[in-house]
Amino acid sequence: MAEPETFVRLINVGKEFVGVPVLKDVSLDFRAGEIHALVGENGAGKSTVGKIAGGYYSRTSGELEIFGERVGAWDPASALARGIAMMHQELQLVPDLSVAENVFLGIEHNARGFLKRNEARRLADIVEICGFELDPHARAGSLPIAEQQKIEIMRAIARDARVIVMDEPTSSLTADEAERLHATMRRLRGMGRTVIYVSHFLDHVLAIADRVTIMREGRVVRTSSAADETKASIVSGMLGRSDADVAYPDKTRSEAERATPILSVRGLSASTGIRDVSLDVHPGEIVGLIGLVGSGRSEIARAIFGADVATAGEVRIAGIPYPARTPAASIEHGIAFVPEDRRRQGLVLTQSVRPNMTLPHLPFFSRSGFMRRRSEFDRVKELIGHLGVTPGHVDGAVATYSGGNQQKVLLGKWIMRDPRIVILDEPSRGVDLGARRRIHEFIVELARKGAGVLLISSEIEEVLGLAHRAYLVHAGRVVGEVVPEDTSMDQVLWSLFHAGDPSGSHRSA
Amino acid sequence: MADTSTSPLTASRRFGPGSFTPLQVFRSYAVAVMILLLMTALSLMSDSFLTTQNLINILNQNAPLAIMAAAMTLVIICGGFDLSVGAGFSVAAVSAAWIALHVSPTLGLALAPLVGLVLGVINGLIITKLRLHSFLATLATGLMFRGIAILISSGKLIAVRMPEFTWLGRDKIGPVYIAVLVMIAFAIVLMVLLNRTTLGRKILAVGGNEEAAILSGIRTSRIKILAFAITGLAAGLAAAISVSRVSMGQPTAGAGLELDAIAAVIIGGTSIYGGRGAIWRSLAGVFMLALINNGFNILNADPFFKDFTTGFIIVVAVAISAIGR
Repeated sequence: MAEPETFVRLINVGKEFVGVPVLKDVSLDFRAGEIHALVGENGAGKSTVGKIAGGYYSRTSGELEIFGERVGAWDPASALARGIAMMHQELQLVPDLSVAENVFLGIEHNARGFLKRNEARRLADIVEICGFELDPHARAGSLPIAEQQKIEIMRAIARDARVIVMDEPTSSLTADEAERLHATMRRLRGMGRTVIYVSHFLDHVLAIADRVTIMREGRVVRTSSAADETKASIVSGMLGRSDADVAYPDKTRSEAERATPILSVRGLSASTGIRDVSLDVHPGEIVGLIGLVGSGRSEIARAIFGADVATAGEVRIAGIPYPARTPAASIEHGIAFVPEDRRRQGLVLTQSVRPNMTLPHLPFFSRSGFMRRRSEFDRVKELIGHLGVTPGHVDGAVATYSGGNQQKVLLGKWIMRDPRIVILDEPSRGVDLGARRRIHEFIVELARKGAGVLLISSEIEEVLGLAHRAYLVHAGRVVGEVVPEDTSMDQVLWSLFHAGDPSGSHRSA
Repeated sequence: MADTSTSPLTASRRFGPGSFTPLQVFRSYAVAVMILLLMTALSLMSDSFLTTQNLINILNQNAPLAIMAAAMTLVIICGGFDLSVGAGFSVAAVSAAWIALHVSPTLGLALAPLVGLVLGVINGLIITKLRLHSFLATLATGLMFRGIAILISSGKLIAVRMPEFTWLGRDKIGPVYIAVLVMIAFAIVLMVLLNRTTLGRKILAVGGNEEAAILSGIRTSRIKILAFAITGLAAGLAAAISVSRVSMGQPTAGAGLELDAIAAVIIGGTSIYGGRGAIWRSLAGVFMLALINNGFNILNADPFFKDFTTGFIIVVAVAISAIGR
């Protein structure tokens, strides 16, 4: 049988969730051997298209054609059997099994029901196809996310998938890791396989995709060759307006900036791997920390905040030493720490917006242990309005909010009492463009009002766009300092890759 | 949200976000629906069920269990279990009887909750300092407590037939048993604690997301110790009422009570994964278990069917609240 031109075709597909339409009349085809990107704001329906192709969602109306054949009921098992694999945003690995066991989960070779346990050897074949290597015996759960993603890719290849749906694969990767993932995607394309690439990162999309489909409000805006698109043209298509502004807010320098640093760190070390870290943040200043995943960026923040115990070094707030740091004491000193993983470290998803926002400030909102509910309600309502959280209910179920609105709630939680020092770890990860823009404005506003901001982000561009100064972090140390105006992305990347021993922590995988 | 959990409309939001379809209300109030169905059925089947006397008796008999289940709610919301409360109950019961006999009846009753409190604090310390899972830790401490109860009583019954000792479990103020009043007062205190105080907020946060709670400056170990301490105190209070009622301390008293208490909490609809729940739910859970028991007594049915039906109804109640989740 000849290979069909089109691997996956959606014909007038509609999808509703309990009566709410999320896809409307979507017709799309994914051709053999192409990298086809799906872009759009959160809720535009791009993930839904991927999940319908992968069998994770059933369509409400319309037809689905797989390798030229119409299919009826479509679920993950039949999709996989026909060669369509899905790589989820939330990775679906068994953390306690080894890399090899995960790759061959469910397709182990057996003799009369007894496992042959030859997964490690079989993995060698997969490695050859992928172009990257992993220790077959490593425990999957012990690996960083970038490595775990590789397991998912290997898993798809082990099942001989001809179509691989990748839902936001680069959202937790550093620039170099994303680049390596892109290299793998090119290899897959070279073997005639199709990659459906759902992503927020327009730079990545433009760098790798053959064709781009822009979605808005559950509809396809257009599908075009990636070569014909620019970042601006894609954004205007996604937002539905032509004056879309993807730039960063203006950097204003505050008067107070020459004063004593509001946060001063000298020689900070901790058992989490950071060594001899020194940095300063002045009032009204946004200071970036740039580093690759695993470089110790978050660990520096945690040691300052008192979430991890420091083994050496000193932290001063406005010139006054602050020893014996704990989260509670830091909050009292006016330090806010917005952690990187809002679902695991940030929000209590079993609770509504209000108790989440006031959780670090209970003494402030209570009298003799009893909540002052009126003032709590008013302050939360005010912040919801200020940050533009939707839905705007004080007791809304935050677990059901979009990523951007959850992030706004998390920000609100930390700026509730106008902190003097704000540490932001990945403040715009996994949020849509509108929310991202609002969050950026908000960060600038914090600094303008005199707070010292320490900004950590995997997106170098974001740090360069927002920060007045930035420190480069490598292997737990500060290895340099840059001024964004005089620095390009390439220079930053070059410095990071050549910091310390280039063959050390950057084992080429 | 925590402070509105007693009002029906907002409580359902916690279980089915934001919307109030009939299914969600039904799901959220499965225990209330089951109670209504049971009461209707029992009223139709027997004339002696829906009498004031019978209902008062049900409340009175179950006051100790209700006190323990109400407190167990806090531990479960915190993300833990306490399997030692039955044994803690025994220690408190024999201690109360021993002190009553050898020192003073009033002191015996008064010290029982304190004995429970101390045992609860021990549980909390073991769990937080040694970082043991509460399930394992309290399974072990339960055995130790049981041993202590036998040691105190030398394995025998301690009879205390003094009115100064039996008033708590047997007497009434007006038409209402003192035990029922104590139970109501204790439940109200816990409701206020969970819904109106910073401690309640912290308990909900620790169970909902411990990592987020730590980063929000909450000393989570302290909160857990407090939750276990309150549960221990409740076991002691329940023991005081029971031992006073039967006028004797027995080292085997309270065996299996921990499972009844946990069952009542779960039937009520408090999440076993922690982070959400309500005191009234556990009281409703106790009441439902009690109705089944009472129904079988009234109807004089075969005891085989009692265990079977109890188990069956637990499955149904828990299944309803799990629909579509």
